[in-house]
Amino acid sequence: MSAILKNESGTGAQFAREAINQSLEASDKVRFLRDMVRIRNFEERSNKAYSQGRIGGFLHLYIGQESVAVSAASLLGPNDHMITAYRDHGHALAVGMSMNECMAELYGKATGCSKGKGGSMHYFAPDKNFWGGHGIVGGQTPLGLGIAFALKYQGKTGCCLCFLGDGAVNQGAFHESLNLASLWDIPVIYVIENNGYSMGTSQERSSAYPDFLAKRAEGYNMAWDAFNGWDVYELRAGFHRAMQRAHNESRPTIVEVATYRYRGHSVADANSKVYRTKEEIEQHENLFDPITRWKNTLLEEGVITEEDYRQLNREALQEAEASAQFAEQSPWPAEADITADVYHEVDHQTESGLTGKHFFND
Amino acid sequence: MSRQIDYRTAIREALAEEIERDPNVFIIGEEVAQYNGAYKVTQGLWAKYGDKRVIDAPISEAGFIGMGVGASMLGLRPVMELMFWSFAYVAFDQMINNAATVRYMSGGLLHCPIVVRGPANGGTNVGATHSHTPENLFGNMPGLKVVCPATAYDAKGLMKTAIRDNDPVYVMENTKLYGELWDVPEGEYTIPLGVADVKRSGSDLTLVAHGRAVITCLKAAELLEAEHDIKAEVVDLRSIRPLDEETVLESVRKTHRVVVVEENKPFCGVGAQITAMIQEKAFDDLDAPVARVSAIDAPAIYSPRLEEVQLPRPMDVVKKALSIC
Repeated sequence: MSAILKNESGTGAQFAREAINQSLEASDKVRFLRDMVRIRNFEERSNKAYSQGRIGGFLHLYIGQESVAVSAASLLGPNDHMITAYRDHGHALAVGMSMNECMAELYGKATGCSKGKGGSMHYFAPDKNFWGGHGIVGGQTPLGLGIAFALKYQGKTGCCLCFLGDGAVNQGAFHESLNLASLWDIPVIYVIENNGYSMGTSQERSSAYPDFLAKRAEGYNMAWDAFNGWDVYELRAGFHRAMQRAHNESRPTIVEVATYRYRGHSVADANSKVYRTKEEIEQHENLFDPITRWKNTLLEEGVITEEDYRQLNREALQEAEASAQFAEQSPWPAEADITADVYHEVDHQTESGLTGKHFFND
Repeated sequence: MSRQIDYRTAIREALAEEIERDPNVFIIGEEVAQYNGAYKVTQGLWAKYGDKRVIDAPISEAGFIGMGVGASMLGLRPVMELMFWSFAYVAFDQMINNAATVRYMSGGLLHCPIVVRGPANGGTNVGATHSHTPENLFGNMPGLKVVCPATAYDAKGLMKTAIRDNDPVYVMENTKLYGELWDVPEGEYTIPLGVADVKRSGSDLTLVAHGRAVITCLKAAELLEAEHDIKAEVVDLRSIRPLDEETVLESVRKTHRVVVVEENKPFCGVGAQITAMIQEKAFDDLDAPVARVSAIDAPAIYSPRLEEVQLPRPMDVVKKALSIC
């Protein structure tokens, strides 16, 4: 098992030497940096739009955790899938969804990835093996199991990376899923992105067992692992191990990643600096910021220059700004769209969709 | 060629035929495989089709139903048995937040071709926790379809359609009907969802029902004719959502009097929906207020003597009918 090196400043150099990282081209490494920078710029711009009243409901920002989704997405093969909870912008952009469709979804516009029907918590891209975006804490954990079950049923060598937060580990559906995954040899990987707080409740106040949350796997005869969430090399090495287990042995794993969100549980979290200290937040931003650390790694390796980094940032800023303009100028869904996409058979006007009444307003 | 088989055999035939027709169809549930089903609906299927197609699940309804929802997003067609529909209440999040809304929240990118089936009825003296009739609860959720077959013929045809449907279909059966024999033709047939069936025609009164209440109404109709010379028409909804309003309205326009009968509870029950629809769309055709007979409005009582009273009996339907005729 890896130990969580929280509050220690390891460079992850040992992980850089692993084969899965040795095989990286310079262009791959730059792409990871660009993806992280794009996620952060997208979210900063969405935060601005939220404060301007352009976005309704919730906005759960992933800022500080970008390396986790980007590293995981970088390993996906054609039969590898991802599903996550409501803090989903990072995962969506990491698998290749566009800023435009994601920003427009936040604005509730017809051009959004879910046509304005899902909002911030419900991004989907089945063509990119990305299955959401789920709003109920822990509710996606049986779905991730089902995706991996389907792969096995279909005889495909693949896996499903099912992300959850540290707050989801105490939900019953998660434990039922763990038991089924191990009992039936399902190639699912549960990735606990442990950012320390389930909304405003710290791990000490929510989980009885004081050690790694992933260690609960032992109760289900399942492998587990835990590693730092701010170094791309370490994350890729860790995810790769679990994915190999899924691909080669069709066995599940719980992976716990130590990470940190700089912002509140959601933008509307008025207490985000009450249940934790300002110093704690600053410490993470200053010492463990995944973008800064990856940038420094690439500078040290001579893969990029400071100017390259500034350029990446400028481009991401422009892309995010353009996505806000796109969202702003996009049309609202039509009123008739309210009752579209409810039933597949109705949408496709099949025989089944045409018999009987499906909607009851008149 | 016609023959008689019971309701559970009819469902079993539907499951077997669909397993053979489509490699994506599989059965999962508690005791469905090696135990042959708590109510023997799946008897023999595991022996015939093996571990891949007929799967015993541990007692984890949220886990295995949620798993089925996830698997369906990749194209599988799980048919998931709830030993009792009452157990749906521990899987509510998966059955509603996920199954009913994942298509909508993805803007139509996904669909969820699952079937959840099992008995949903009172009347077997198992107490309130095992006697729920949640067709009104699930019928209230856009994105879901709910079917309540009353006969073996309907159960088979509707089950096959449900499995082929690309939306989540919740099929609510009835343990008290499992052993009832009906004419069921040999060979392939399906019944579309959302099409009601006139089970008995009449000219004086319409009895609207679903599930076992249809059988109650057929008995009541015989009594009404024999003892009171009232010719009652019995309309079996078969499918709660989608709903065949037109067949109900057509009958009302003919008879001008209606009793809506259900084993559901009255408050916001299926009968409330039907009643509101009739008063709005056939007001001028009515010669009397729309009357309702529902289960007595309390948790299902255990006491065998009283549970019989709690659910609508033919005599309750007759009494209500006479009050408006």
